[in-house]
Amino acid sequence: MRVSIKVNGVAHERDVEPRTLLVYFLREHCGLTGTHVGCDTSSCGCCVVVLDGDTAVKSCTMFAAQADGREVSTVEGLAQGGALHPLQQAFWDNHGLQCGFCTPGMLMTSYALLKHKPNPSETEVREELAGNLCRCTGYNNIVKAVRQAAETLQAAPVQK
Amino acid sequence: MSIEATPKGSMGVAMKRKEDPRFLQGKGNYVDDLSFPGMLHMAIVRSPYPHAEIVNIDGSAALKVPGVKAVITGKDLEAAGLGWLPTFHGYDKQMVLAIGKVLFQYQEVAAVFAESRAAAADGAEAVEVEYKPLPVVADPFVAKQDEVLLRPDREAKTNHIYHWEVGDKDKTAQALGAAEKVIKQRIWFPRCHPAPLEPCGCVAQFDTMGRLTFHVTSQAPHVYRTAITIVTGIPEDKIRVISPDIGGGFGNKVPVYPGYVCAIVGALKLGRPVKWIESRTENLTSTGFARDYHMDVEIGARADGTVTALRVSTTADHGAFDAAADPTKYPAGMFGVVTGSYTFPVAHAEVDAYFTNKAPGGIAYRCSFRVTEASYAIERGMDILADELGMDPVELRRKNFVRKDQFPYASALGFTYDSGDYHRTLDVALEKIGYQALLKQQAEKRAKGELMGIGFSTFTEVVGAGPSKHFDILGIKMFDSAEIRIHPTGSGIVRAGTKSQGQGHETTWAQIVAEELGLDPQNIMVEEGDTDTAPYGLGTYASRSTPVAGAAIAMAARRIRERARKIAAHLMEVGEGDVEWKDYKFQVKGVPAKSVTMKEVAFAAYTNPGQNEPGLEATQYYDPPNMTFPHGAYVAVVDVDRETGEVKVRRFLAVDDCGTVINPLIVEGQIHGGLTEGFAIAFMQEIQYDKDGNNLNTNFTDYLVPTSLESPKWETANTVTPSPHHPIGAKGVGESPNVGSPAAFVNAVIDALSPFGVRHIDMPITRDKVWRAIRDSDPAKG
Repeated sequence: MRVSIKVNGVAHERDVEPRTLLVYFLREHCGLTGTHVGCDTSSCGCCVVVLDGDTAVKSCTMFAAQADGREVSTVEGLAQGGALHPLQQAFWDNHGLQCGFCTPGMLMTSYALLKHKPNPSETEVREELAGNLCRCTGYNNIVKAVRQAAETLQAAPVQK
Repeated sequence: MSIEATPKGSMGVAMKRKEDPRFLQGKGNYVDDLSFPGMLHMAIVRSPYPHAEIVNIDGSAALKVPGVKAVITGKDLEAAGLGWLPTFHGYDKQMVLAIGKVLFQYQEVAAVFAESRAAAADGAEAVEVEYKPLPVVADPFVAKQDEVLLRPDREAKTNHIYHWEVGDKDKTAQALGAAEKVIKQRIWFPRCHPAPLEPCGCVAQFDTMGRLTFHVTSQAPHVYRTAITIVTGIPEDKIRVISPDIGGGFGNKVPVYPGYVCAIVGALKLGRPVKWIESRTENLTSTGFARDYHMDVEIGARADGTVTALRVSTTADHGAFDAAADPTKYPAGMFGVVTGSYTFPVAHAEVDAYFTNKAPGGIAYRCSFRVTEASYAIERGMDILADELGMDPVELRRKNFVRKDQFPYASALGFTYDSGDYHRTLDVALEKIGYQALLKQQAEKRAKGELMGIGFSTFTEVVGAGPSKHFDILGIKMFDSAEIRIHPTGSGIVRAGTKSQGQGHETTWAQIVAEELGLDPQNIMVEEGDTDTAPYGLGTYASRSTPVAGAAIAMAARRIRERARKIAAHLMEVGEGDVEWKDYKFQVKGVPAKSVTMKEVAFAAYTNPGQNEPGLEATQYYDPPNMTFPHGAYVAVVDVDRETGEVKVRRFLAVDDCGTVINPLIVEGQIHGGLTEGFAIAFMQEIQYDKDGNNLNTNFTDYLVPTSLESPKWETANTVTPSPHHPIGAKGVGESPNVGSPAAFVNAVIDALSPFGVRHIDMPITRDKVWRAIRDSDPAKG
């Protein structure tokens, strides 16, 4: 079947098997391998992307066909004009990543969170990230990073 | 030359990680991100039975599935001489694909190759396998009875794999017999799994000259290259192993797995690249599990608490194959560190390992080969002894610590501890946690019937395998290596035999080189994981990277400095003996104004070396003279809900001493991560099997790893006792928090439950276990 999905602002029109998951559409059809697969049960959140600008979804739990005609944002679209997004910068500044495998999902979940809640409390960040597993950092620095990014964004919003 | 900033030191600087920008932008390069023209995908058919005879395998329906190219079975591999895989320490071998029978649920039975991931999965579904179930042994204590023989392929007709022991058995028995107080406790460290977020996987491809390029999630790429030669007979020069970015390892990515062999065979047979990426379920059910040690711990002591003897007898469950990745001489790893931080005059430890119908392994999960089990046993044991003697567990520990002036300390079980200051580290912990105030608060809460616990763990680790006289894997000595090249303009590249899986080597290795040579770490590139370019090394696990490769890097940099000194003498027109290395540059002794920087020397090495050999490169292989012994003092404070059994970790303080700290940001990050895994092991993570051999924890909905919600906030501090034998005094840190913390958590919970007289609960400490312990308790003993 034919699907057309706008990914990071670029239209991708492809023929896919109906069972193609959105994550494999992104990875194998669009060549955007920043979105990862870490489990088979929608538990780990490595595959989180943002749908229509503000909704975090697990792209392993959605068919590409369901995203037909919609807009998807992935980690590759976060940095603009060579400058890291404040979330990316905050993860870097706070050592919020080690192996890097969960990082794209963490960033995209946080991105959607800050769209809805520009100034989340620590508990709110922890609740929102509960669907994203990390095996390296123990989350302390990730939570710190998200709150630092919230501050930065409130002071100087990124137009996107 | 242009004006440059004054060179400065890089050691101990909390530098942001150099590798992060690519991960932050989705530009990491993990195995599953690779794609090659004509690449096929592989899927594995797995056994639903834990123990069954294979009557027939029929791949004909699978071959009719659109896109499926081939199906291979154990018989095919056996015919090609590839039926079995040696395990790293050489005590056993493992079937690649089942031959004759299956020995554990989810065992590899056939491999299917197809044009797409989906077609391979469809093909695997269509393979028909007829099984005849056999009696299942899911308990090592049943295996011991040898009523059902699991491994008739082995010469010895028994389920017993090995007996290993260390220490003085008779003297220990005597001392225990004469002790004024003896405690005895069976402590089980249950089976768990490292579960890195990226599952294992590979891409195998042969070029037109018959050379294999093998991209794989490997913590030890050079060892893989040698192992592939041993298994397949492909000459080692015709193999290039590349470990690209790795999404966490924690020991899971040390062994060579059957899927890798199948992918190589498929690529050879079909003449096309083959990718295999395991699913999470395959990862949890078939790749290296950890622990599963049943330990009988006995401690003898005088009435005043002075310990006099330690005896530990362990029954180890290794599953269907002894696929542990321990050094050859150490089938039970470094379990001999079980005397911990204490001066036991005599001790004896023994391990008997058995086959069962469970997944194979026994790998070191964020642990230097069974150190976690040993540390947990002694730290639990000391708390039980304190309880029975009516002593404060802190005082008991302090009384028995190896004192600072006793180092180097020869332990009763044969290790020579390099350095430490256990009293000081504990003192820092007590002060920072506010122990006296906590005790007071606990007494007040107890008076109100509230359950609060304080738990300690003052562990000693043994890491950095290891000295060649004792340590090898597949016969290869456990050295490591570094090669450094300094370019004409003063930047450089360092290559090492290790492989980062998140530890931050691209930053810390650059810092070591920069510190030794007075260069900018931002311009020292680090490359690992490609066997064509990196010098031979044994890889990254068992906290060995900094103790072994880190030392090699420092030594290689010092070799460069010695060569540079000659060029500096030439540039300053003085004798070499008149040149000293001071403030990160060369200067004429006593004439600070007359100096040259390494950057200037590097340029001269290529443009004006004088009579000296041009260029500025060095290679160093480093055979460590001893292991390193990081230690720490950890304190957990927990609150337990007496109605529901729920445990809340209120505070956790880790005071670590890993010797010299290269990058405090990275060290703290490692400690956070390790503590979270220790927390997970103490409270959540377990691979359970039912009595019929069914794996009950096959994915992340059943195998519970901690999320941001339940993970505690960590408090950290450190003391610094450098290793006297390491070139920069560093000891390694990645595993300490995972080794040391489980006992602190459990000790805290048992302390909270002391009003009920609860003596021990095996991990993971779930609500229902706590609730039952309270229900079944006898308050009279409290």
